[in-house]
Amino acid sequence: MQITVTVNGERYTRGVEPRLLLVHFLRDDLGLTGTHWGCDTSNCGVCAVWLDGAPVKSCTVLAVMADGHEVRTVEGLAHGAELDPVQQGFVACHGLQCGFCTPGMMMTARWLLDHDPDPSEEDIREAVSGQLCRCTGYENIVRSIRWAAEHGGAARPAEEDAGREEVRT
Amino acid sequence: MQVPATFQYARATGVEHAIELLTRYGPEARLVAGGHSLLPMMKLRLAQPEALIDINGLDELTRIRVDGGELAVGAMVRHAGLLASAVVGEHFPVLRDAERMIADPLVRNRGTVGGSLCQADPSEDLSAAFCALRATLVAQGPDGRRVVPVREFFLGPYETVLGEAELLLEVRVPIRSHASAYRKVERRAGDWAVAAAAAVLELSGGVVTEAGIGLTAVGAPRFVAEEAERYLCGGPPDEERFAEAGRVAGEECRPSADQRGPVDYKRHLAAELTVRALRAAAARAQGQEA
Repeated sequence: MQITVTVNGERYTRGVEPRLLLVHFLRDDLGLTGTHWGCDTSNCGVCAVWLDGAPVKSCTVLAVMADGHEVRTVEGLAHGAELDPVQQGFVACHGLQCGFCTPGMMMTARWLLDHDPDPSEEDIREAVSGQLCRCTGYENIVRSIRWAAEHGGAARPAEEDAGREEVRT
Repeated sequence: MQVPATFQYARATGVEHAIELLTRYGPEARLVAGGHSLLPMMKLRLAQPEALIDINGLDELTRIRVDGGELAVGAMVRHAGLLASAVVGEHFPVLRDAERMIADPLVRNRGTVGGSLCQADPSEDLSAAFCALRATLVAQGPDGRRVVPVREFFLGPYETVLGEAELLLEVRVPIRSHASAYRKVERRAGDWAVAAAAAVLELSGGVVTEAGIGLTAVGAPRFVAEEAERYLCGGPPDEERFAEAGRVAGEECRPSADQRGPVDYKRHLAAELTVRALRAAAARAQGQEA
């Protein structure tokens, strides 16, 4: 069936089988391979993307369920050439080793900071509790998200980008 | 790569339309809500429906309302919505306690209250919590609406009284002066329960006038420890009575040994978690947070 999904602000119309999972739609049909594909069982969370403004595990959502809805992936995190503070935090605090869990971790981190600009370590651990780091690099992931909170990471929702550009220039 | 077998897909635009689609596609059709139980089962071929009827567009089922002294939770309310609800937190801490320990935040953003109940997984948390609260369920099918007490809803693992073309609309719980709590032991964060207990206490003049004890993952018929509930009524809400109620609950449930533990361990957990949930509910009744 034909579906139209808005991904990172751009509308994509494709014909898909109903059984196609959202993660494969993003990676294989749209070529957005920043979203990783891991356990297939909604345990590991590497496939986390936003669906209508909240992070979900895209291995457990059908692409047809996203028809007419908005998806945000890690490709939609940076603001032009400027990395999102969450991305900067992962750079500054060595928040990734192999990088496999990183896109999912950052999407959840972005959502957390949009809703809680000053999360405690416990809040951060709870927020990413559905996501696994196979390098067991959790300490640095938590530090990276705290870094983002402390470096202007709080208020950067995508929809405010236009207005923000004016402030920056 | 785990992929479901092929199926037909139809999107319902309203409750009547969902019932019409269920009738049209027949007994091999399934409703899909959050899909966080059904889709994994379809990938493993534990479920192979011929058609999926998507009810995610049914906005009329996404509300949490207070209606005539009752809390009404729409079947399509996401777990995250129930957890975030102020009215739920104020009147039904047992639901808030349970939601904090259901899966993880990302799964809670997608999974639904109605889907959890209709899946009838024998280790599901809200089933025990709503049974302890003596909730009622409103369902609609081709023959109209009906109200089913939640304690009569579950026929057994993965089986409910809902008919083939019937769908759950909402869960209703009277708002009363009771105190409540939920306690769970899991192997790791976000896992299904090894065992869990829900306690609801109505107190008057230093005596328990009504008790609700829900148990999950330990084979309690209809998620309830009825003997322990009967024992508690008419006595004081004290440690001695709670210990005995826990002992009764541990004996009346019927756990099975599996990868989460042997039978005697699960009976021990059922007893101990019943005591802890009762203790926490009693503390809340006295205005202490527990």
